[in-house]
Amino acid sequence: MQNKRFTILSILIVLVLLAGALSGCAPAATSAPAQPPATAPAATEAPATTAPAATSAPVELTFYYPVAVAGPITQIIDGYISQFEAANPGIKVNAVLSGGYGDTLTKIQTTIKGGGTPPDVAVLLSTDLYSLVDANAIMPLDDYVKAAGGDTFTSDFYPAYLANSNYQNHIWSLPFQRSIPVLYYNRDMFKAAGLDDTKGPANYAEMVADAQKLTKPDGSVWGIEISSDGIPYWLFQSFVIGNGSNVFTAANKVTFDTPEVAQALQDFVDLPNKDKVMPPGVLLWANMPNDFVNGKAAMIWHSSGSLTNILKQAKFNVGVSYTVGEKGYGAPTGGGNLYMLKGIPADHQAAAWKFIQFMTSVDTQADWSIKTGYVASRQSSYNTQAMKDHIAQVPQAAVAAAGLQYAGPELATHDNAQIQKFLGDAVQAALTGKSTIADALKSAQQQADQVLSQFSQ
Amino acid sequence: MSIQTKISNSTERRSHFWAAALPYLLITPTLFFVVVFTLLPLLHVTYSSMFAENQAVQVPKFIGAGNYTSLFTDPGFHDVFVNTLIYVIVTVPVSVFLALVLALLLNRKFRALGLYRLAFFYPTVLPMVSAATIWLFMYTPDYGLLNVFIEFFHIPSQNWLGEPRLALIALMILGIWKQTGYFMVFFLAGLQGLPHDIFESAKLDGANILQSIYYITLPLLMGTTLFVTTIAVINAFETVDQIYIMTGGGPINSTSMLLFDLWQTLFSYMDVGRASAMSVILIVVLLIFTIVNFVTTERRATYE
Repeated sequence: MQNKRFTILSILIVLVLLAGALSGCAPAATSAPAQPPATAPAATEAPATTAPAATSAPVELTFYYPVAVAGPITQIIDGYISQFEAANPGIKVNAVLSGGYGDTLTKIQTTIKGGGTPPDVAVLLSTDLYSLVDANAIMPLDDYVKAAGGDTFTSDFYPAYLANSNYQNHIWSLPFQRSIPVLYYNRDMFKAAGLDDTKGPANYAEMVADAQKLTKPDGSVWGIEISSDGIPYWLFQSFVIGNGSNVFTAANKVTFDTPEVAQALQDFVDLPNKDKVMPPGVLLWANMPNDFVNGKAAMIWHSSGSLTNILKQAKFNVGVSYTVGEKGYGAPTGGGNLYMLKGIPADHQAAAWKFIQFMTSVDTQADWSIKTGYVASRQSSYNTQAMKDHIAQVPQAAVAAAGLQYAGPELATHDNAQIQKFLGDAVQAALTGKSTIADALKSAQQQADQVLSQFSQ
Repeated sequence: MSIQTKISNSTERRSHFWAAALPYLLITPTLFFVVVFTLLPLLHVTYSSMFAENQAVQVPKFIGAGNYTSLFTDPGFHDVFVNTLIYVIVTVPVSVFLALVLALLLNRKFRALGLYRLAFFYPTVLPMVSAATIWLFMYTPDYGLLNVFIEFFHIPSQNWLGEPRLALIALMILGIWKQTGYFMVFFLAGLQGLPHDIFESAKLDGANILQSIYYITLPLLMGTTLFVTTIAVINAFETVDQIYIMTGGGPINSTSMLLFDLWQTLFSYMDVGRASAMSVILIVVLLIFTIVNFVTTERRATYE
């Protein structure tokens, strides 16, 4: 009898556990019918027909943004959202801090793959364009741009920044948090070495000559430090663009294995190996600002986005100039754009465009630039009173924007992360002596060609 | 009477059925989770590994063993595989050996014993991400702690994470430092469970310390050693946080290991097919290790 009761009890426990386990996976099954749009992503207009009933209710937008620079970014973004909501009573924006650029892209791609609803607007790398188009994840903004004034609207954006938004005769994004590598130099050290501290080197030869005068033989000060870790291709592009060339010509065509690129890599490798003005090996991106503000390096190449932080920490006069190649100044652009995601309801689309317009407006861009150190994406931002006052106080802030005239597009192709790694690996292999410049570039070109051969344009 | 028998027969049969079914019912919940969260994903990943699915091929396309052949002919994947093996072969024995030595040293009574035990155990408590960040500063060229230390002995400052020949070593040092204290605790527990009389009689028979360690302590600690080794091997294959924080797999591929490369392939390159094939390879490697470990453990059990 006792035994029997035990048996029944055990069975009951098992059943309860089983029920629990089944209910654990049940929500997926029950919620599936609740969201028919997800099963029919092609029918983007379908939700719009059901939407009119809800026109009086506020449209709730979801906005993903990554944080890529130091500073109180969340507070600043929340401030913009309150301003936007106050001006547009029918729209509510839920801003989601989504990690770094990579995390944000991953989140969105996995959401789309899993059949979920992506955010309405997201800040993603300007170079993610082709991956996003390939994944059918974003919407072209042509109609909205046309309605906003077409060319008269876009002409105010810096052309170098807008270059990353065009593909197949569509405009896919608007530049939001954009940067450019610049050359930071220690003006006090320049003076002490008998150099003109009012301007940085105008080309590669001048930079090497300056660096030789600045380098202390005991190893306590290096003339220059250029990072080759994390995204090595980026600063390397400065050398190439400064040599009057670039590393790609189309979304499916890279030009790694050319004499100009080889010369640029030779210039990079010469700094530690031949001229001994830079520490050998791969230098970490995160260490460069520390080395600079602590007087270990007299010059560094780093993102314009580090300006605020460097000025805050340096106890000497900081000069800002442009990165250089053999023929003069040259730099790639960098940073993130605002994208509208595919598969969002029509009423969301209109609201999302309003939000994108607000975030890229002249005043928002001026304020964003003042508070973070990003380059404002619109030329008129530099004519606002707020920006003029800021530049009067921090003249270095004007340098990066003026440098855009020397800028070329950042390496952006299909399968971007992989292509960027091939070039980055080649740069690191040459710098660490693991292979010769010619071999490194040749192998990078072959690997990239193999991947890109799958894309027709 | 006959009715009575019938009833008793049927209850007997019923209880017989329940007795046979009960074990299966009892393992059902576990089985359910194993099937849903281990077995099905395993089959699914094996299935996806036979398809091309990446940024160029948005709709999966069957390519058979294509992902595997491309992996095995890829020099980058070869580097990753070799790095993983080196990491396992170096960190596992070194940290297990150091942990044993530390445990033997700390398994006695002396001043500030607790302090020493705390000091050696402390790295375990730190999350790997914080530990990696701390070591990132220690490895900084010129003014990093480690370089200041070796310069004291007139060894020139090294760019630990920036030289392909040093970067993996730097990661292995961190890995060993991080887990040795944890293993030491297991050995300490093992040592404290050993009977005293054997050591006493060995002492009476004239065995010195090394002899009693070699002939008595080590064989008796075999179970702990096997357990610790298993954990160490799993840790080694699971190495990913410190790579992410410290080197990103570079310079070139010198610190990239299986799990990190897998993560990068899936989430940076969005290459589902290739990442699936890499998962299968990782699973097979771990399976081989588990079988080897299982067989040796069994042998030890019969030996004892």
